Amino acid sequence: MTDTSVVHRELLTVDQLQIAPSRRHREVIIRYGLLLTALVSVLVSTLIVWSLVREAWTFITGVVWADTWGQQGWFPRRGLYDIPTIVVPSLIVTGIAMVVAGPLGLGAAVYLAEYANRKTRAWLKPALEILAGIPSVVLGFFALTWIAPNLVGRIGKTTFLVLGAVILLGYAVISAGMARSKIKQYREGTADPSARIGAVASIATLVVVFALGLAWILNVWLEFAPNNAGSLAAAGIGVGILTIPLVASISEDAMAAVPDSLREASAGLGARKMTTATTVVLPAAISGIVAAFIVAVSRAIGETMVVFMAGGAADAARFTDDPFEGGLTMTAAMASLASGTDSVVGEGLTFQSLYFVGLLLFLITLSLNIVASRFVSKVREAY
Amino acid sequence: MSMTEEAPRVFERPVTAGEPSAAPGIPPLATERDIVFSSEEVNVYYGSFRAVRDVSFDVRRNEIMALIGPSGCGKSTVLRCYNRMNDLIKDARVTGTITYRGTNLYDERVDPVEVRRRIGMVFQKPNPFPKSIYDNVAYGPRVAGQKKGLDDIVENSLRKAALWEEVNDRLTDSALGLSGGQQQRLCIARAIAVGPDVLLMDEPCSALDPIATARIEDLMQEIKQDYTIMIVTHNMQQAARVSDTTAFFTADIGSENDTRTGILVEVDATQKIFSNPSDERTENYVTGRFG
Repeated sequence: MTDTSVVHRELLTVDQLQIAPSRRHREVIIRYGLLLTALVSVLVSTLIVWSLVREAWTFITGVVWADTWGQQGWFPRRGLYDIPTIVVPSLIVTGIAMVVAGPLGLGAAVYLAEYANRKTRAWLKPALEILAGIPSVVLGFFALTWIAPNLVGRIGKTTFLVLGAVILLGYAVISAGMARSKIKQYREGTADPSARIGAVASIATLVVVFALGLAWILNVWLEFAPNNAGSLAAAGIGVGILTIPLVASISEDAMAAVPDSLREASAGLGARKMTTATTVVLPAAISGIVAAFIVAVSRAIGETMVVFMAGGAADAARFTDDPFEGGLTMTAAMASLASGTDSVVGEGLTFQSLYFVGLLLFLITLSLNIVASRFVSKVREAY
Repeated sequence: MSMTEEAPRVFERPVTAGEPSAAPGIPPLATERDIVFSSEEVNVYYGSFRAVRDVSFDVRRNEIMALIGPSGCGKSTVLRCYNRMNDLIKDARVTGTITYRGTNLYDERVDPVEVRRRIGMVFQKPNPFPKSIYDNVAYGPRVAGQKKGLDDIVENSLRKAALWEEVNDRLTDSALGLSGGQQQRLCIARAIAVGPDVLLMDEPCSALDPIATARIEDLMQEIKQDYTIMIVTHNMQQAARVSDTTAFFTADIGSENDTRTGILVEVDATQKIFSNPSDERTENYVTGRFG
């Protein structure tokens, strides 16, 4: 033991309290070294966006815009770039994926955060996270060889209608709730015209989306012909399985971060577990949960291998909005263009179209992030 | 508020379960009907560890019962048995019986949710929901399925909690914008709004400054005519000021494995506990010789 009883009485000089020069240099190096590592990733992202924009710009300025809308399909090697042909399947796949992953992932998260005891949690959470580690090529294979014939191929006409009705109903209930608060805003927003316009626009969007969904489901139902081979539905379910762990894991983290004192307060007032989960924990964790969905949507819309293998189309495709047919998503279109021995050979702009689609994907996920963060800042109950 | 102003019923000896005190000073009608809680041989285990051993005592209607004792003596754990709050702690197990108005709370048919609607709780740290002041108070009634008359309930509860004057012009503001003392009174209003019979308070003033503490103590005196209150407190002056009856707990330190098990030392009129306790350990504690 050191002797601590020494009495210090001498005056000190600044030199004695100074940092050693060598140590000071090391601190500076550490600081700027760490800054450099942070900057590298920013730089790489910037370069990617730059190259994307540059090549996409060539496409945007060079393409015959009449060939990008209302054509029969996406035939890049022939100079036909019908954008809806690749955007609509992407939306369908993403939509189906979220219909699969949303309820399952959120349900799993609520169970893990609110119901599971320590023992169950200890094996269930890692098990869910293992699902996230399955290579997407394996899932693509599974979607093509199992989901397509055994799940999608066996969906009956009635089953589809019931499924569609349930989903639409769920959407209607949620949007009715949102519309009610918007109507309240409209009434209160008499002094602020922008609030009125915003409220009307939001309600209109909700109604239009509902009408489009209804029309789409009825249309698919009328021309119902499930496909045993690859289809957008099979790919969507596969992508959904892939995103379940994302939704579950991030949502669960957000819910677990809500302090137990709030759960105790709620239980102490006579609330049951489900009530506590929906009225206290979910609103408090909403930013994390929305983030989970955004990450999942970004992942789903950007997922390539599963849709490439199980989507039922390669290289080129005719326009389709039927989930039971094969279709080409944006990512699959890019992958087909960039793969094969004759990669990106074709008409002048084929190569650039690849970048254009990439830019489109990037803009979609970016705007999704912006919309979501605005939504979160409005509804979040920060604790 | 000194204890002499409001002389509590005086007990000759500790009140234990199944032995209604017949001591002078207690009205002869103080029978089972006046006993809200009666605990018998209550033990609480966390896994295999016994946190509380063989606690038995009664709580009377419209009295303020203080649970005091050094840290780790299990007083909060005991309090949380009274509204089945320990059910929320995984691995926690309660044995023995706690009778609430003639029914064992730990009967297997009893639904803890129903218990908690009758026996409210205020926690150590103010824990308002991150919602508006109004929604905080209306939470309990809403959860119970009430849709009409919420405005009145909110106003009455806030008035009872002596908070109405301070917040009536900003009911839609977030509760988190209130000061600590206001938040704690909001939590009391929130608990009152459910229309409980008993309020359990787990060190409700430990996170508050002396002024806010005094307000909560005054409030307890005002509302005790409507409720039975059990309060856990670290602050002996507080117990002496507010309570009618005091239960003193201490930790029994296991000889071989150094575990601390809470035991009840004695229960008596607050005045007696602080002036002339029967047990030496109580005397040592209230005179500041340990704890």
